Amino acid sequence: MSPRRGFRHPGSFGSSLPERGLLLLVLIVLLQGSLLPFGAASSPDVGHRDEADVHAEAEEKHNFTKKPFPVLSFEYKHIQVPFEISLWVLLASLMKLGFHLIPRLPGIVPESCLLILVGLLVGGLIKLAGQKVPPVLDSNLFFFCLLPPIILDAGYFLPIRPFMENLGTILMFAVVGTLWNAFFIGGLLYAVCQIQPNNPSDLHSLELLPCLLFGSIISAVDPVAVLAVFEEIHINELLHILVFGESLLNDAVTVVLYHLFEEYSGVGSVTVIDGVLGVISFFVVALGGVLVGAIYGILAAFTSRFTSHTRVIEPLFVFVYSYMAYLSAEMFHLSGIMALIACGAVMRPYVEANISHKSHTTIKYFLKMWSSVSETLIFIFLGVATVDGQHNWNWTFVTVTVVLCLVARVIGVVGLTYVINKFRIVKLTTKDQFIVAYGGLRGAIAFSLGFLLDKRHFPLRNMFLTAIIIVIFFTVFVQGMTIKPLVDLLAVKKKQEAKRSINEEIHTQFLDHLLTGIEDICGHYGHHHWKDKLNRFNKKYVKKCLIAGERSKEPQLIAFYHKLEMKHAIELVESGGGAKLSSAIPSTVSMQNIQPKKPAPAKPEDRVLPKLSKSREEEIRKILRSNLQKTRQRLRSYNRHTLLADPYEDNFGEFLLKKQKMMKWRPHLPMFVCCFNTPGTLADPQAYSMKPALDSVPTIQVDLASPQSPDSVNILDEFQRSEQAAAAEEGEDDGGLMMKAPTRPHERCNAGEMDAGTREKLSRCLSDPGPHAEDEDEDEPFLP
Amino acid sequence: QQQQQQQQRRHYEELAHKSGFSTEQIKNLHKRFRQLSGNKETISRANLDSIPALANNPIKKQIIDAFFDKRNQRQDDEVGSLEEIGLEQFLMVMSHFRPPAHKSGEEERQAARRQKLRFLFNMHDTDGDGIITLVEYRKELLSKSGAIGHQAAKAIADAAMLEVASTNAPHMAPDDFYEGITFEHFQQILKGLEMESRMHIRFLDVDTTTMRCGKATS
Repeated sequence: MSPRRGFRHPGSFGSSLPERGLLLLVLIVLLQGSLLPFGAASSPDVGHRDEADVHAEAEEKHNFTKKPFPVLSFEYKHIQVPFEISLWVLLASLMKLGFHLIPRLPGIVPESCLLILVGLLVGGLIKLAGQKVPPVLDSNLFFFCLLPPIILDAGYFLPIRPFMENLGTILMFAVVGTLWNAFFIGGLLYAVCQIQPNNPSDLHSLELLPCLLFGSIISAVDPVAVLAVFEEIHINELLHILVFGESLLNDAVTVVLYHLFEEYSGVGSVTVIDGVLGVISFFVVALGGVLVGAIYGILAAFTSRFTSHTRVIEPLFVFVYSYMAYLSAEMFHLSGIMALIACGAVMRPYVEANISHKSHTTIKYFLKMWSSVSETLIFIFLGVATVDGQHNWNWTFVTVTVVLCLVARVIGVVGLTYVINKFRIVKLTTKDQFIVAYGGLRGAIAFSLGFLLDKRHFPLRNMFLTAIIIVIFFTVFVQGMTIKPLVDLLAVKKKQEAKRSINEEIHTQFLDHLLTGIEDICGHYGHHHWKDKLNRFNKKYVKKCLIAGERSKEPQLIAFYHKLEMKHAIELVESGGGAKLSSAIPSTVSMQNIQPKKPAPAKPEDRVLPKLSKSREEEIRKILRSNLQKTRQRLRSYNRHTLLADPYEDNFGEFLLKKQKMMKWRPHLPMFVCCFNTPGTLADPQAYSMKPALDSVPTIQVDLASPQSPDSVNILDEFQRSEQAAAAEEGEDDGGLMMKAPTRPHERCNAGEMDAGTREKLSRCLSDPGPHAEDEDEDEPFLP
Repeated sequence: QQQQQQQQRRHYEELAHKSGFSTEQIKNLHKRFRQLSGNKETISRANLDSIPALANNPIKKQIIDAFFDKRNQRQDDEVGSLEEIGLEQFLMVMSHFRPPAHKSGEEERQAARRQKLRFLFNMHDTDGDGIITLVEYRKELLSKSGAIGHQAAKAIADAAMLEVASTNAPHMAPDDFYEGITFEHFQQILKGLEMESRMHIRFLDVDTTTMRCGKATS
C-alpha cells in the first residue's frame, strides 16, 4: 500500500523554518477555531431572520423608500454551509501539514491520536464559546461522504495476489472471529450486568438482546483505524493483508448482526427461525454486495473501453460507478463496503489497460487525496463528538467492555489460528498471532452505528455511546501508540522495499505454469488448476470485451515490461539525464557483455538497413507533418476537451531527445557507464534502442524540434535493432528531418493495422513524466 | 498374498525413506502412476504427453523433460535423460514439490530451497552444462508464452540477462563476456521469491483422506 501522505518535509531546511511554519499554523488554527463558533452561532438565527427580511422587503416594495446603494454588505448565512464545510476540510488539511512539520512527532505518536486530540480541542473551544456543537458525526454524513473514499482507495489498490492467497484465513477471521467476539462480549456483558443484586442500577434494565447488539457493534475491526495505524508501521505484506482484509470483510457480518438484533430488540426475543434466516441473510448480504460491486465494475470497465476520445473524464467514470455501487448496495441493505471493494478490484485491471497514463495518475492522486482528507476529518470529528455527546458514564460497564474486548480478541485469534494452521502451508507464528490480535482496532464505524440507534428502543443508548468512545480511544491511543515499538521489539518482519525485477516476474509466471502442469500430472484439481482456468477464461473472453483495441491481446509479461521501462525512463528524466546515478550497485555491464559472440560478421541482410516501402514512408511523413503543425499551434490552442488528444501535450518526446543529446554531446562518458542499476533496472540508455516490439503493433516515437538541438526531428524506431544500428545512430548528425528506417525482418503487418496501432500506441505510451519535465518544457522559448 | 503385501510395504518404506513422502502418500502416488502408465512398470514420454489437461500448458515440453532428466534424480552429477522412468524416479521428481515441514530449522529450509531452485535451474539449462546462456534463455522465453513475438522475447531475455549480470558481476570491462547464469547467480536473483513456501503442491501435505487421485482423463 503506498503511503497516504505524499509530502515529506525536506530535512535540509533550517530548523527555524518548521518552527515558524508551526507558529503560523497555530495562529491560523486559532483563527479558524474562533470562526467556527460564529458559524454555529448564526445557524439558530437563520430561520428567524429570513422571515423578518421577507416582511421588510414586502414593506419596502410598497413604500419605495430609497436607501443608499450598499457598497459593501455582509451576509454570512448565504454561504454558511459550504463555508463551514470548507473550513473543516481546511482545518483537517492544515493539521496534517502541521504534524509533519514537527520534527519527531510523527514517529512517536500516530497521526490518528493527534487528530483526535485536535478534535477534542476544537470541540472544547466551541463549547467554551458557548455555542452548540454542530452534529458533525452525523451518520448520513459519515456513511455517505466520509467512508466511501477510504474504502474505494483501499479496494482499488488492494493487492489481489496476497489477498486471494490468504482468502481462507481472512474469511475465517472476519466471519467466525467477529461472530465469536460479538456473542462473547454481548453474553458476558449481560451476565455481568445481572450480577449485582444488592445495588439495583441502570444495568439491570439491560436485556440480553441490546447487549448482543452492543457486542456486535463493538466487535468489528475498523478499516479506517487499521489503515491509519498500520500504514505507519510497515509490517510485512502477509500480516497487513490479514488484518486489513479482515477489517474489510467483517462488514457483512456486522450489517447482518446489527439489523438482526436491532429488529428484534423491540420484540425482545429471537427464535431459531430468525437465527436461520439470519444466517441466510448473511450469505445474501455478503454475496449480494460482491455481486453488485462486480456488476458495476464490469460496467465501468466496459465504459472505459470507449473513452479514447474523451480522456479528460475517464477518472470520473471510475469514481461515479464505484459510488453508485456503494449506494445501490446500501439501498438493498447489502454490504456497501464489500460492493465497493469488489467494484474497485474487478474494474482495475481492465480500466488500467484502457485509460491513459495521465488518467491513471489522476485517479491515484484523487483517491489518495480524498481518502486522506476523509480519514483526517473522521478522527477530528470523533474528537468533537466526544466533547459534544451526552454521556452516561458507568464505571462497571465501561471497564468490563474494554477488558472483554481485549480478552475476546486474544482468545478468538489464538483459537482460530490453531484451526487455520492445519490448513495453511505457511503457518502463522505466535508473533504473527500477537500482531493480528493487537491490531484489532475499533474506530468510527462502531461509533456511527451506535449513533444510529434509536433512543426510544434503547434507553441506555448514551451509555453505549460512552463505552464505544472509550473503547475507540483505548484502541487508538494505547494500541496505536504502542504497536510500533512492539513491532520493533518483537522483530516482526517488515515490508520488503525491493522493487519487482523482470527476472522475478518471468520466473513467477514460469512457476505458475510449472505448478499447474505438475498438478495436472498428478491429476489433482488444486489451487493452480483453477487459477489457470480462470486466467485462460479471462484472456479468451473477458479481456476481449472490456479492453479496447490491441491491448486486449497483450501478454502480461509485455505489459509488465512496458511498465517497467516507462518507470525507468521517467527516472532517467527526473535524475537529470543520467548525470546523477542513483544506483545501489554501480555496474559497468552493458549489452555488449552479454551478447553471444558472433563468429563471423553478421549476415549481410542485417547490415544493410532495408528500404522503406513507399506506403510506410508516406505514413511516416504524414505523421511528421501533422506533428510539426500541431507543435506550432501548441501554445495557442488550449482546449479543455482535447487536453490529451494531442500526443504532443506529453513530454515523452522531450526526454527521448534528452537521451539522444546525452549520448551525442558527452563523448567523454564511455557508453556503457551510463547505466544505473538497482536490481531490476534496465539496460543502459545505449541499449534503449533495443525495445520489445510487438510484432503486430509497431510504434513510432516522434521527437519534437526544440531550439536547443539543431538535429530536430528523429524518428526512433522501436523495433529490435542489432548493434550495428547503434553505431549507425552515431553517424547521423545532420540537422533537419532525419528518418531511421525501421528494420523489420517480417513483412506480415499491413499498413492499415499499423496505422491504428501506431496512433494508439502514441497516445497511450506518452506518459506524464512528472513536474520536472514539464517545468523544463515551459521554459524553452518557442519558435513562432 | 500376505507376503506380496509385506514386500510392497517394505518397498514403500524404502521409497519413503528416499523421497521423504509418507507411505500413504506413496500409495496414492503409485495409484496415479499406474493410471498414467496403463498398469505398466514404467512411464514413457508418450504417456505424459497424452494427459489432456497438459495440452494448454505453454511449458509442457519442459515439464515432461524434467521428469526424464537425470539431474533431478539427486544422484550426483549424472547428466542426460532417461527414456522411461519407474516409480522411484517419479517419486524423486515429485519430492521436489513437497511443502516445507512445519517445524523445520533454518538449515533444512535452506536445503529445501536449494533443491527446488536446482530443479528450476535444470529446467532452464537445457544442454546440461551448468549455465543458462542467453540463447537458452531466449528460447525458453519464446516458448513459454506463445503470444510474445520473437522480438519481444529476445528483448525481454536480453534485459533479464543484463539484470542478472549487473547484480552478480557488476564490474566488467567492456570486453569481458558474461557466460551465462550460473546456479549461484540464479539463487541470488530469485532470493526475493521465497521458493520454499511457493513451490509446492498442496495435496502432498494434507491427509491423504482428502486427496483426490483424479482420473487419467482429467
